[in-house]
Amino acid sequence: MFLKDYIKEVTGGVVSLLKGMRKTGYYFFHPKEIITEQYPDNRATLKLADRFRGEVVMTHDENNEHACTGCTACELACPNGTIKVVTKFDITPEGKKKKAVDTFIYHLELCTMCNLCIQACPTDAIKMAQTFEHSVYDRSQLTKQLNKPGSKIREGIE
Amino acid sequence: MFSLEGLTNMIQGWLNSHFNPTIALLIQCAIVVLLAITLFAVLGLVLVLMERKVAAHIQIRLGPNRVGPGGMLQTVADTIKLIMKEGLTPDLADKFLFNLAPFLVMIVAMLLLAPIAFAKNFQIWDINIGVLYISAVSSLSVIGILMAGWASNNKYSLLGAMRSGAQIVSYELSAGLAVLTVVVLTGSLQLSDIITSQQDGWWLFKGHIPVIIAFVIFIIAVTAETNRAPFDLAEAESELTAGFHTEYSGMKFALFFLAEYINIFIVCSIGATLFLGGWMPLHIGHWDAFNHLMDYIPSSVWFMGKTFFLIFLIMWFRWTFPRLRVDQLLNLEWKYLLPISLFNILLVTVVAIMGWHF
Repeated sequence: MFLKDYIKEVTGGVVSLLKGMRKTGYYFFHPKEIITEQYPDNRATLKLADRFRGEVVMTHDENNEHACTGCTACELACPNGTIKVVTKFDITPEGKKKKAVDTFIYHLELCTMCNLCIQACPTDAIKMAQTFEHSVYDRSQLTKQLNKPGSKIREGIE
Repeated sequence: MFSLEGLTNMIQGWLNSHFNPTIALLIQCAIVVLLAITLFAVLGLVLVLMERKVAAHIQIRLGPNRVGPGGMLQTVADTIKLIMKEGLTPDLADKFLFNLAPFLVMIVAMLLLAPIAFAKNFQIWDINIGVLYISAVSSLSVIGILMAGWASNNKYSLLGAMRSGAQIVSYELSAGLAVLTVVVLTGSLQLSDIITSQQDGWWLFKGHIPVIIAFVIFIIAVTAETNRAPFDLAEAESELTAGFHTEYSGMKFALFFLAEYINIFIVCSIGATLFLGGWMPLHIGHWDAFNHLMDYIPSSVWFMGKTFFLIFLIMWFRWTFPRLRVDQLLNLEWKYLLPISLFNILLVTVVAIMGWHF
């Protein structure tokens, strides 16, 4: 009985080791699987992972319109005060006052790319971009205004 | 056909006709020393590069590819860097032993080179107890490691050296028993006899399952003896910060590093000699045309090909298997490898006596 268990253990160990060697051997003989990016050389063809998070941007369409209602949900969601939304009141054609975004200030130097603001946004106005070459000589350049000058909210976004 | 035998005979003839025998012998010794040192330097460069490339491809990376074409000169650049570095000796270290240890490890590696047949009739010293010599001398390298660990005056180094001692002493047993299976089948300790006995087929194929088991045990045991992952407990980068060579820098560190790779080459060439027929070409039974074709490949190419295949196998292990804990390491030897190899040698003896092998 003991001998049976012993032999079982040895063969089980050998089989599991061979499984591992099969996997690594497959990788060795299939250089196409290599995932190394030779970064500064292949800037043009660089492939990043889908979920890579580089910085927060606000999407604008061709009419220079965005989807931000100025609700400040992102500002409240941010754990370290990276976002500051300055709001204003627009007058609608019916003569009502309506809250809208004036300047959307984003401090890249404080951002940890945690993605909480994107999850908090009710209208999907902001998203994570894949740019990552953020080095500048003056850190004041890292404070960005995300809504483009002259942009306004898209029709139908509440 | 290219052969190293003709070259050595030519040199010997020329020396004997121009000098008296003593001086000719001395010149021959000098040539051998020069060749051995050259071999060591080249092997160090090639094997380190090979290791890094193999590791990279197994881990889906590219590996070194910036220095020289395809990264070929990376190890040369590394060596130059190591030469330029300061060779520090710690204040409270035992200075004599500390500086002696790396050279001792290298000398052991050099001594092991003597009985290895690199090609047909191309052997430094065809000693009649070659296998015994190899197993005796290879266990000396642990003294160098213990010396380095003790003299460093560093508790991590000492721990690494102690582990290395336990490891090498235990794995020597199953390595020795695995080697003995081939000795039992051949009936000779001389390496040239062992190679000649594989003329009609390598022992790995001729000896049935027992020899295959012995081969697997041999590969596992020599991986442990050369202190390589998954048995790199003497080095243990994660726990002991490189173990016995923590305190070494510059060329003294490089010598340890070189010795590791030279030892891999040597144990793989011994494995190739014992189990894969050394320089003997692949011969299959009565396929005369095929055997003749194989004879046209020079014997040195056969030897190097087999050795590098085994080296690749050991590198493959290193980058696939997880590391063992120290208790698991000793369990593996004393509870698994040793009983299996003891039983196996019994089996091989029966096979040899009854003449069941081919």
